Amino acid sequence: MSTLIIEPNLPRPDDFYQTLTDLHRDLSDEQSMDVNARLILLLSNHIGDQAVLEQAMAIAREHIPAAE
Amino acid sequence: MFKTYTFPEFDYVRSADQDTAQPVKHPVVIVGAGPMGMTAAVDLAQQGVPVVILDDNNTVSVGSRAVCYAKRFLDISDRLGVGQRIVDKGVTWNIGKVFLEEDHIYSFNMLPEEHHRRPGFINLQQYYLEEYYVDRINSLDTADLRWKNKLVNVEQQGDSVLLSIETPEGPYQLEAQYVIACDGANSKVRAMCGLESKGQIFQDRFLIADVIMDPKKFPPERWFWFNPPFHSGQSTLLHRQADNVWRIDFDLGWDADPEEEKKPENIIPRVKAFLGDDVEFDLEWASVYTFTCRRMDEFRQGNIFFAGDAAHQVSPFGARGANSGIEDTDNLCWKLKMVLDGKAPVTLLDSYSPERTFAADENILNSTRSTDFITPKNHVSRVFRDAVLNLSRNYTFARPLVNSGRLSVPPFLTESALNTADTEMFNCKVVPGAPCTDGSIVYNAEDDFLLSNLGNQFNGLLFVESHTDLTADILQGLTELAVQDVPVKTFVVASHEMELNLPEGSEMVIDKYGVVKERLDAQRGTFYLTRPDQLVTARMRRFDKEQIVAAQNKALGK
Ligand SMILES: Cc1cc2nc3c(=O)[nH]c(=O)nc-3n(C[C@H](O)[C@H](O)[C@H](O)COP(=O)(O)OP(=O)(O)OC[C@H]3O[C@@H](n4cnc5c(N)ncnc54)[C@H](O)[C@@H]3O)c2cc1C
Repeated sequence: MSTLIIEPNLPRPDDFYQTLTDLHRDLSDEQSMDVNARLILLLSNHIGDQAVLEQAMAIAREHIPAAE
Repeated sequence: MFKTYTFPEFDYVRSADQDTAQPVKHPVVIVGAGPMGMTAAVDLAQQGVPVVILDDNNTVSVGSRAVCYAKRFLDISDRLGVGQRIVDKGVTWNIGKVFLEEDHIYSFNMLPEEHHRRPGFINLQQYYLEEYYVDRINSLDTADLRWKNKLVNVEQQGDSVLLSIETPEGPYQLEAQYVIACDGANSKVRAMCGLESKGQIFQDRFLIADVIMDPKKFPPERWFWFNPPFHSGQSTLLHRQADNVWRIDFDLGWDADPEEEKKPENIIPRVKAFLGDDVEFDLEWASVYTFTCRRMDEFRQGNIFFAGDAAHQVSPFGARGANSGIEDTDNLCWKLKMVLDGKAPVTLLDSYSPERTFAADENILNSTRSTDFITPKNHVSRVFRDAVLNLSRNYTFARPLVNSGRLSVPPFLTESALNTADTEMFNCKVVPGAPCTDGSIVYNAEDDFLLSNLGNQFNGLLFVESHTDLTADILQGLTELAVQDVPVKTFVVASHEMELNLPEGSEMVIDKYGVVKERLDAQRGTFYLTRPDQLVTARMRRFDKEQIVAAQNKALGK
């Protein structure tokens, strides 16, 4: 089974981070949500591995306590 | 009144069973003459099992219900002698198209392969389907269909069931060895057994309208719109039925008032906005529905079996209602026949509920996912849904995520205790627990189809490429299989025309285009064993009589 990379893997982290935040500059919350959704769909398709995606999804919300 | 259809009125006929002091006992009583009660009745009666069918009404399904019948439904209806009438009257289609706003974004094909007897789908109003099944039942001496016979009570008594029935001439009682409850979504039998069907109701309402219009305007395809210009923010489905009647589904949202929406003065402007001012149409029928996905925990209680909507319900996106109901009765009837004839232990009946609840779960899962896509549950789901739709205009990757209904295909019963697991490698879609494939064959020097010849009994398929493949051992084995208490009739699938000296009980078919071999990943010598409902139950690379008998015993619950 493939595993999600959780060690640093971006060659130029500051460039990436700026591109990501620039992407949302001047967008309303609603537009940002739409852009994020499209981005997630594009990246998920690129990854193309359900197991890896599930690991990422689990980490993405692990800090939120499970509902009672 | 309907313009295109006249509803038959069937006569109530007094039965001799109403005049006896003691309830008369029947091997099988079926409650409900909807599609599933009738498929069960035909299946049993044509195998010689006498059946009584009770229905509280005296006509066929009134108004807009099932439209789409899948290939598997047609294959089973062929076995039941009704398939050709459905296909002749129905509208054949294979292509579905999805639109977003004004644009066509995606198409799918329900039958990407050639050389099947039946298409991916047929559309036909449910009342025609029911009428054809009523005719078929009336042609069978062993089926006794009793209109205006309303079941009011059931009671399990040891090894049989006591049924209390009301008729226009007063009540009477019947005893049944087995009961099949096909009395629909609000099953009285289920309630009287103290059982429930559990699941979820979707918070949405749909206007379903059948309109008559000129067929030249739209092709026989399934067209689904997300957020169409004529019905902003919602979805719409258009589908052609027989007699130039078209089914239109409008998603109305949860806040719509069903009573208001049902009024013709409110429906007609919606349809006009959709079709345009230049298209003339007549309204045939309309109704407003909410949809539910739910099932019973078990489809059996003692000697009572539940099938069709009584056992499980799905939202219609995917057309999995009647299409899965017929698979229930297809699954149950041969087992009842074997047990009633004493050819299989009663424990064979234990396999019905696990096989069909497994299938129901797959149908409910698919139907729930479609409904959630069409009617997103919350804001973020809608954002993702709309992102998928918008991306799918220009980016093919998003198109498989678009879900306007995953149309009915038979769930493969891969977990069934009746299957014999593969011990050798096979590389094809068909697996133990799946219906056998169809394919063009030549049989008795005539063009034919494989599935038209399988079923009602155990069948073998033995693949050969030369007469020398049939050794004396194999011929001996085929003979023995054919004369067993529960015979296996083998079709020797020849790769080309050849002279074969086959024993009684085996017959040759020629694999006309080689598709049977290819679809079953067969090689010279491969053997497949199918059940009376055409499901593959075991397969092997070399004919081995002992293994075949063991697999058949397993499939008989021995
Ligand atoms: C809008 C809509 C669209 C649909 N589209 C499709 C589709 O495209 N494809 C598909 O496969 N399915 C579709 N379905 C589902 C399909 O109509 C049902 O799954 C199917 O009718 C179920 O058949 P049934 O025999 O189990 O139950 P029913 O059709 O409900 O029949 C039950 C029968 O039992 C009788 N009965 C009830 N109580 C008693 C009693 N106490 N005594 C005696 N008789 C009784 C009733 O009179 C009735 O005849 C659709 C449903 C709806 C509502």
